[in-house]
Amino acid sequence: MMLDMIPDVILDLAWIVIKIVAIILPMTVAVAYFTYAERRVIGFMQVRMGPNRVGILGFKLWGLAQPFADVFKLLMKEIILPDNSNKFLFLLAPMLAIAPAFAAWAVIPFNDFLVLADINAGLLYILAMTSLGVYGVIIAGWASNSKYAFLGAMRSAAQIVSYEIAMGFALIGVLVLSGTLNLSGIVQAQSGGIFDWFWLPLLPLFVIYFVSGVAETNRAPFDVAEGESEIVAGFHVEYSGAAFAVFFLAEYANMILISVLTALLFLGGWLSPFQGVPVLGDTFLGSGSIFWLFAKSSIFMFLFLWLRATFPRYRYDQIMRLGWKVFLPITIVWVMVAALMAVLGIVVKGG
Amino acid sequence: MNELPLQEMVFYLFSFVMLASAIMVVTVRNPVYAALFLILTFFTAAAVWMLLEAEFLAIVLVVVYVGAVMVLFLFVVMMLDINIAPLKEGFIRYLPVGLLVAFVMAAEMVMVLWGKDRAVEGMFPTPAPAEPGYSNTEAVGEWLYTQYLLPFEMAGVILLVAMVAAIMLTLRKRPGVKAQNPSNQVKVRREERIKLISMPSETSNDQRGG
Repeated sequence: MMLDMIPDVILDLAWIVIKIVAIILPMTVAVAYFTYAERRVIGFMQVRMGPNRVGILGFKLWGLAQPFADVFKLLMKEIILPDNSNKFLFLLAPMLAIAPAFAAWAVIPFNDFLVLADINAGLLYILAMTSLGVYGVIIAGWASNSKYAFLGAMRSAAQIVSYEIAMGFALIGVLVLSGTLNLSGIVQAQSGGIFDWFWLPLLPLFVIYFVSGVAETNRAPFDVAEGESEIVAGFHVEYSGAAFAVFFLAEYANMILISVLTALLFLGGWLSPFQGVPVLGDTFLGSGSIFWLFAKSSIFMFLFLWLRATFPRYRYDQIMRLGWKVFLPITIVWVMVAALMAVLGIVVKGG
Repeated sequence: MNELPLQEMVFYLFSFVMLASAIMVVTVRNPVYAALFLILTFFTAAAVWMLLEAEFLAIVLVVVYVGAVMVLFLFVVMMLDINIAPLKEGFIRYLPVGLLVAFVMAAEMVMVLWGKDRAVEGMFPTPAPAEPGYSNTEAVGEWLYTQYLLPFEMAGVILLVAMVAAIMLTLRKRPGVKAQNPSNQVKVRREERIKLISMPSETSNDQRGG
């Protein structure tokens, strides 16, 4: 009897592993080209070229092979272990940074049926996973045994914990209107067209969620954790080679994750903005598909780059003030407004 | 048994890690390691709760304790730079008391699980697995806001009082602290800061004179 069961279990496991690879692999490539896009976009905004030389076989191809050149360079460099560092934690930290960034993708629905784990408490799971990412930063800062790294880690820990609260409250607004923690359910609750998506009734929460997301990922203008001008590179100042590459990967994977989540929660995920327009009907433009999700996420991914090219770094006390004294009260008030809208029937689920 | 005891295997794995890391929390020398082991304990406890189909509580344990409380804990432990040697002396001195408390608690647990009351059939029935559509979160929410509304609100008020007290304890006016008032900073006008004066230009001889 047991022999009958074992192949089934292994088959199931293999199937799950295939699905995981099918998510992780394109995501890693996306991360690679996100770094390329970042350099090109910021280059364009600052009236310079950006990477445009590294091509394949003598063809420059606008520098499209640059990400691969960077990856191979980083992989072949030596990983330097500082003398008085805590070796085990020093190497564990990058893994702790990347694991939650990848694990959160398990519950992301790409369209009606394309989701690895369609669990009821999907949004809670996302919240749990994104809150774990901070350990990579803290442990890296402490294990490096360097004051710059430590300062960066302390800044980052306080910042991430502060902005997580505003982020959580913004999610509560979404929960109040959709009535479910399941991410597919949240997207379904927004069906109807561009004005049925949650960005309109939850406009303040939408803005706060994305800005908190930028703060959570330690990106400019909230990048005091690595503030080059005062603490060199913050928590990853002692890292080199592949260990640094993993931190890099985690940061960009988190940015993509926040972009996709914002699209799912506030911009109707894979739903088409032209849903219900009679002319388009069931055509490609009128029906929801994974391409809409990608298109909406790209808007936010571009915003990440745009913010970085535009704003100077926040001062640390201003970051704390923004999180605790501005975002938190607004979110609490708007959760109540959202509850009123739901009770009075101003916002109806599923348009 | 017809199927792989996968659930039991997972349970024993997580329980073992949980107990081992809980022991490490109190025995390990470095306080930062102790805090990290405590995190591992919480995490594995969440996994065990997940096996009990209490997925809401399990994830909330990770969000609240692992994601927020322990971050601040680590923050403080790392900042303090505790000297380890005095702590070790205390460990030996308090060991008998600690062992006594541990023994009493273990005895109580054993009594609950294998005591006379166990003879009462169906005292600890194995709950039936929940149906596929059952949402743990929804159930918790419904009970909290209907049946147990009063205790829930009371717990909330007590937490609020504790929070206000904690803030009042740390919020004291210290002399010589330079704080900025952002709204004053924003309100500043050009006229208050800059004064343009027209004056005759000085000759080069005057400048050299100093």
